Amino acid sequence: MREWAEFTIEESGGRATVVVTGPLLVSSIGKLDPELRAIDESVQAIDISNATPIDTVGAWIVFRFAKRTGADIIGASEQAEVLLDAVEGCESDAEIAPPPARSFGQISELVGIKVIEFLKGVVASIGFLGSVLVAFASLLIHPRRFRLKALVRQMELVGVTSLPIIGLMSFLIGIVIAQQGAVQLQQFGAETLTVNLVGRITLRELGVLMTAIMVAGRSGSAFAAQLGTMKLTEEIDAMRTIGVSPMEALVIPRIMAAILMMPLLGFFSSCVAIIGGAVIGDVMLGIPFWTFLARIQEVVPIHDFWVGMVKAPVFGLIVAMAGCYQGMQVKGNAEEVGLRTTAAVVQAIFMVIVLDAFFAVFFERIGWI
Amino acid sequence: MSEENDFPIRIRGLTNAFGDFVVHEDLDLDVRRGEILGVVGGSGTGKSVLMRSIIGLQHPQAGDIEVFGQNMTDAEPDEELGVRNRWGVLFQGGALFSTLTVAENVEVPLKQYYPELSQQLLDEIARYKVVLTGLPEDATSKYPSELSGGMRKRAGLARALALDPELLFLDEPTAGLDPIGGAKFDELTRELTDTLGLTVFLITHDLDTLYAICDRVAVLADKKVIAVGTIPELLEIDHPWIQEYFNGPRARAATATHERGKALDKNTGGEA
Repeated sequence: MREWAEFTIEESGGRATVVVTGPLLVSSIGKLDPELRAIDESVQAIDISNATPIDTVGAWIVFRFAKRTGADIIGASEQAEVLLDAVEGCESDAEIAPPPARSFGQISELVGIKVIEFLKGVVASIGFLGSVLVAFASLLIHPRRFRLKALVRQMELVGVTSLPIIGLMSFLIGIVIAQQGAVQLQQFGAETLTVNLVGRITLRELGVLMTAIMVAGRSGSAFAAQLGTMKLTEEIDAMRTIGVSPMEALVIPRIMAAILMMPLLGFFSSCVAIIGGAVIGDVMLGIPFWTFLARIQEVVPIHDFWVGMVKAPVFGLIVAMAGCYQGMQVKGNAEEVGLRTTAAVVQAIFMVIVLDAFFAVFFERIGWI
Repeated sequence: MSEENDFPIRIRGLTNAFGDFVVHEDLDLDVRRGEILGVVGGSGTGKSVLMRSIIGLQHPQAGDIEVFGQNMTDAEPDEELGVRNRWGVLFQGGALFSTLTVAENVEVPLKQYYPELSQQLLDEIARYKVVLTGLPEDATSKYPSELSGGMRKRAGLARALALDPELLFLDEPTAGLDPIGGAKFDELTRELTDTLGLTVFLITHDLDTLYAICDRVAVLADKKVIAVGTIPELLEIDHPWIQEYFNGPRARAATATHERGKALDKNTGGEA
């Protein structure tokens, strides 16, 4: 068991003395501290001659008690004197945590700050788009500066290595659409229309959209984290001083890779989803696998394919831009890299879905229904 | 005095290896009570690994480590706890918890070991520890990201000192500080050691620190502690690394500064 510090009050000749006994250590003053705080009658002295050993916490308690009650400290050993001196110079009444104060006024202030930050972000990302275009134009003028190797490497990372996960995801989505669609369409005896459903929705919408979301999570985040870390380790500054434009060397290859790979991945995704649908058609609806695929060619108009293919590079641009932009905005510490990476993915997915809605209206207006 | 009291840290036959790469082989070291022991060695000689083995973050392949007479290598977790609240560790970057303010950082070890302390007392302790380590008063409510590198080290030291430890581990406390900040940190270390009666295990590359505050210096090379002693004693030893280290241009500059400082002390009657 631990030995606790204790005290008694001795009165003699009208003087009250608090006599502390036992070790005055951080481990033993837990009970003494509230008791000392509770003393409020007048005390003339505090005797610590029997209180050994002592550490700074013990010294602090004695010092604070003496200061509050105006008592004299008597019987302090040499070591206690040193510690009392040390803590005496260190009194402070600073706040432990910044004031939380969340009043109504602060909420509106917070909202205002967020709105202004958002607007500044919009301006800055338009500025970033501008500098990407400038870098692109200068590459057209000086094609020798173009980094083919970096582009191929990024195309591999964005495109080839994501084939398995996108394939698996699309296959499952195809299965779900066909299965759910068939259940509903059977009520009208129209289960053969499952072919139309699967073919059109994957080629027009879901193939490219899901791929864009996957690429945002997989590559957009990687772009932000890579560039952000390079910014932190001053690699980007080093590039600039050597005369290599980070735009040309880092950003353009990534953006171009995303623009080039997105249509391919989107088409791949649609195809695998249709195969998934065909498997369900075979198993659940009794439509033979090859008949399902042949029917696809008849019921899906070619403009559905084009709708997907027009959207894909735009989504690729948005995902890569968001990743690179957020990455280049990193400054300060490692926490920022995490925040920016999150922001890149959220922004990219949000923008992709908003634009998808615009595209839907646009293609409907031009008659590609 | 018993042996435990004379040597807070005793290491015998310590062997550490990562795969085939042997960092320490049959390493012996004693740290005396109340001294500041500087640990030096080239990069990759395992200074930090040595510290990590002592504080139990790295399990050694072989050997015995005794801290306060307690064998650490095969200690039960409970026994280890009895030792852990008697030491404080300052990591290289400070290793402050980034989601807590400086004061809350200092309170973490106190709450962990002494839950009976009232919040009021915890706050008071945090405040005076922060000031004790030379931080401005208002640093208590700041988050680590709002502090400069030097302030972060001081805040780390405040946390290391939270439990009033007898033994303090410092991993390159002056690395990354400017010479003035470094010198101040050295002074603070010496002052606290004398006031609080600490034993300090100090890893450093900083020759000025060695000359200014270390009682003894342990040299790590060839997977062992090849020498322990005061700097004049080490200079007598005929080992190529020691000679190069203490007689290189930087060491000579540090010696010169140290000598000048002493001379100045004499002239001004030690007031400098």
